[in-house]
Amino acid sequence: MSMPAEPTGALSQFHGGLKLEGHKHLSTRTPIALMPPQDRYIIPLMQHIGQAGDVLVHTGERVLKGQMLAQPHQLVSAAIHSPVSGMVRDIGNYPVPHPSGISAQCIVIDNDYKDEWVEHSAVGEECFHMTSTALRRIIRDAGIVGLGGAGFPTAVKQTEIDIHTLIINGVECEPYISCDDMLMRERAREIVAGSEVIGHIIKAREIIIAIEDNKPEAIAAMQAAIEEDTTGYFRLQAVPTIYPSGGEKQIIKVVLDKEVPINGLPNDIGVLCQNVGTAYAICRAIYHGEPLLSRIVTITGHGVQHPQNLEVAIGTPMQACIDYCGGYNEQHSRMIMGGPMMGFAVQSDQMPIIKLTNCLLVTSDEDTPALPASTAHLPCIRCARCVDVCPANLLPQQLYWYAAAQNFERVVDYHLFDCIECGCCAYVCPSRIPLVQYFRFAKSEIWEQERQRKKADIARERHEAHQARLAKQKQEREEKLRKKREALKARPASSTAVDAKKAAIAAALARVEAKKKQQDVAPKNMDNLSEEQQQLIEAVEKRRAQAVNEANNETNNPATDQAHTSADKH
Amino acid sequence: MLTVVITLAVISAVFGLVLGYSAIRFKIEGDPVVEQIDSILPQTQCGQCTYAGCRPYAEAIARGEADINQCPPGGEATIVALADLLGVEVKPLNAEHGTVKEVKTVVRIDEQVCIGCTLCIQACPVDAILGAAKHMHTVITSECTGCDLCIPPCPVDCIYVETVEPTLNTWKWELPAADHVAPRPAK
Amino acid sequence: MLFSKSSSPFVLDDSSVQGIMLKVLYALVPGTLAAIWFFGWGVLINLILVSITCIAAEAWVLWVRDRAIKSTLFDGSALVTACLLALALPPLAPWWLSVIAALFAILVAKHLYGGLGFNPFNPAMVGYVVVMISFPREMTFWTPPLGVAQGWPNFVDTLQIIFASTVPAGETIDSITMATPIDTIKTQLGLENDIESTRTSVQYGPLFGAISGTGWQWINALFLLGGLWLAKQKVIDWRIPTSFLLSLVLISNIFAVYDYASFSSSLFHLFSGGTMLAAFFIATDPVSASTTPRGRWIYAAGIAALVYIIRTWGGYPDGIAFAVVLMNMAVPLIDYYTQPRTFGKTL
Repeated sequence: MSMPAEPTGALSQFHGGLKLEGHKHLSTRTPIALMPPQDRYIIPLMQHIGQAGDVLVHTGERVLKGQMLAQPHQLVSAAIHSPVSGMVRDIGNYPVPHPSGISAQCIVIDNDYKDEWVEHSAVGEECFHMTSTALRRIIRDAGIVGLGGAGFPTAVKQTEIDIHTLIINGVECEPYISCDDMLMRERAREIVAGSEVIGHIIKAREIIIAIEDNKPEAIAAMQAAIEEDTTGYFRLQAVPTIYPSGGEKQIIKVVLDKEVPINGLPNDIGVLCQNVGTAYAICRAIYHGEPLLSRIVTITGHGVQHPQNLEVAIGTPMQACIDYCGGYNEQHSRMIMGGPMMGFAVQSDQMPIIKLTNCLLVTSDEDTPALPASTAHLPCIRCARCVDVCPANLLPQQLYWYAAAQNFERVVDYHLFDCIECGCCAYVCPSRIPLVQYFRFAKSEIWEQERQRKKADIARERHEAHQARLAKQKQEREEKLRKKREALKARPASSTAVDAKKAAIAAALARVEAKKKQQDVAPKNMDNLSEEQQQLIEAVEKRRAQAVNEANNETNNPATDQAHTSADKH
Repeated sequence: MLTVVITLAVISAVFGLVLGYSAIRFKIEGDPVVEQIDSILPQTQCGQCTYAGCRPYAEAIARGEADINQCPPGGEATIVALADLLGVEVKPLNAEHGTVKEVKTVVRIDEQVCIGCTLCIQACPVDAILGAAKHMHTVITSECTGCDLCIPPCPVDCIYVETVEPTLNTWKWELPAADHVAPRPAK
Repeated sequence: MLFSKSSSPFVLDDSSVQGIMLKVLYALVPGTLAAIWFFGWGVLINLILVSITCIAAEAWVLWVRDRAIKSTLFDGSALVTACLLALALPPLAPWWLSVIAALFAILVAKHLYGGLGFNPFNPAMVGYVVVMISFPREMTFWTPPLGVAQGWPNFVDTLQIIFASTVPAGETIDSITMATPIDTIKTQLGLENDIESTRTSVQYGPLFGAISGTGWQWINALFLLGGLWLAKQKVIDWRIPTSFLLSLVLISNIFAVYDYASFSSSLFHLFSGGTMLAAFFIATDPVSASTTPRGRWIYAAGIAALVYIIRTWGGYPDGIAFAVVLMNMAVPLIDYYTQPRTFGKTL
């Protein structure tokens, strides 16, 4: 890796982007409130990218606050913990927040309100003398995942190979969401402490904290916290408020003027991005020994009475949060998990808050004035406004044409998988085409096709193996047949073969007789037989006699193979 | 006149030699078209196309004996891909060979009822049923292609068809409902 | 509590196809008024006739195609096509010529290809090209502008000429029509009279006005203003008119410098004929134009080059329609080779 140029403080710009109404003031009027404990918590096993962990508890077991409920065994996996002490009521399928509405495996905990912590200890300042591997272990065991919304297991992301710059992402560019803003205002020192730990793990040379310039209070708070820091390799960078500068690739371009290569990751150019919430969670894990049990969630929108930010335990039902905020307003139409540009509509409020829930946006018509009633839209007029706003410099209208035609090869040619689904293109489209939905459709179809192709390849191999096995069996059979034929040809007369067989049978019978006499194995229980039993015995005797006859009556016909795998039809 | 005839004859001879040489020198082993066709087919090995598996069907297509629209498990995507590969017109699936299944299915054996006759094991083209004579049979679900060939031979009808439910990892977004201006409601 | 299901994004801006078309129509108004002022009732009659034909044709074809009529008919695209076509047609063209052009534009050039968004060629220009090639004589029926010779005929006479092909008593069709400045120059050059002498001659002098033609310079100036407003409103892409006008200036200057007597100045080219209309309204038709940023520069430059070539050496008076249609053909190729560099891709 080449040395980075000295950051000059001059900012670069990515192509496109939009200036959107922030609506942040709705939820930043009051400080973060702590959600009171609930009766029941539903904790999904999958709250991250990768594989689910293995469940460690069983129904009926008592668990303590902070106790690990599922342990990761795969590389890209994360642990989950109980947010309260209580009893495991159920482990089963419950509705989870996902655009599909599919249920998934969850662990349901009934709160006993005793608030008993599991034994835990903090590493504290010692962390700076520990190895990166050991620290990653702590982070992994704390179940920390990227809290910016994607949920990638943090410990996997923090490699110390060739990373020189750490960017702490406090940009929060999406409208309505203010959880990171409030976190930075109120808990700046913990964020800085957590960032230092990350910096130590990945051996970064510089830590840049990026915040949008529409958050002056947060900037001031973070600046004060940095000034208390003695290591001196922090830098605060205010960036212009353009959506979607909070995207990983976009913020790297703005702050460092470098582009992450397509199909690549930020660590290909020596950069790592972490959300402020993730940094805060790492601070709690290292300095307090606490696993990830709660997060800040913004409850906002004109559909809820008192929009605000809450510190919510993972697994809290969404309805409880809405109720805490005064309940729904008269007019409410949707509940969106996430922001208005990239979030998804949640179908029911009985679902739990998960690690990825940064915001619950309850919209009224006031929030979504131009949203069409259905996905019906006018044809694309090729005005190319979408091209002008795309932050990934793609051609959305070409992607749309090919996705709608289901021509997936061409869609991939136009770099579909570089699309970050920010929604800028659909925002400006005059024909109101739901572009992002077309791209998501195309992506999931392509992944499905790849899965099918892999399955088909395996099926083909298995079929070929099946053919091979049958061929081998056939060959073996024929070999046997050939040998027998030859053996018979070699012998002089047919009767000799029959004689030999007869002799063999006679010898065998003789052996059986001898054994019988020796052991006196006469069949017991021969008295008091019922009618049925007598008949069965007679039938068996008949068959035995028949078999012996058949053996005797065998002519010079090479034996039909009796080593068949088919049923031996008695 | 004579020069023309001679010139043309010479040119044809030269090109004939070049082509003949290339045909031999650059000959490709095997029939790549069959490989390409086979890689498009879904490998269900169900036989609904009237051939004993996907490979024989691929060979039949390559020979020109079979049409491209005989594969129900492949559905429209396969027909389109084959049409694309071979440069022929797309046509709808030939209903004689079956219909496209709405959802993906696998089979399951009710082990309590199974009598261990191994007829289904012999029928399965990908050896996805584990078992032996007079021993329990069970379907290896991840390897089952949903061809349903095991169902007819079973003498005790203990094999059931089950739909594969989408999981969080396999769920797909739908194509947006209305494309362009919605047509008029029916008169 | 259950909610409705939909996909992100949930906020959208307030743009719409209808909004775009309406803005284009607003921007056309000043230039259209100037055209009516200078070239008479014929322009207005053409506008009304072509608009009615276009909308009726679109309604009919939507009905035949089993499409929802209301939302498509009122998206404004047929009306914009009609206005552009009507402004291009000569004021005294017979009614059947306008109708044929309009029908061709809507039925063939637009709906046969699939309707809005699917047409590779600019519909108005296709309609114009068809009647230009089929009825070259009728396409020369331009009136003298106001203030030149006898000006344009009165309302009743215009109606009679257009609908009944009856000229006023004592006149012939040739006596009441006059060639456009561009056409005049071309014919005179063919007769070995250079540009300067044509412009200062007694017969043709008044036709040329101060810069590029009485009436024409006003019309072009007003279309320029309308077009600049459209560009500021971000309804059209600024790259196309900029590239078109700059290229036209560049090419015409090269030749004018080489031989001032036989090649008109760039100022003349900019303000005569349909230059400004083409730059801001015709070439910017999003459906048939190139869609990539770099592609648009090339597309518009190509149109400018072809316009100049046809105006100077071609057989037709104003080359806009042919130039646009020819470059429409090149658009897929241009788009393919001018894709923007994807973020993160190194070449």
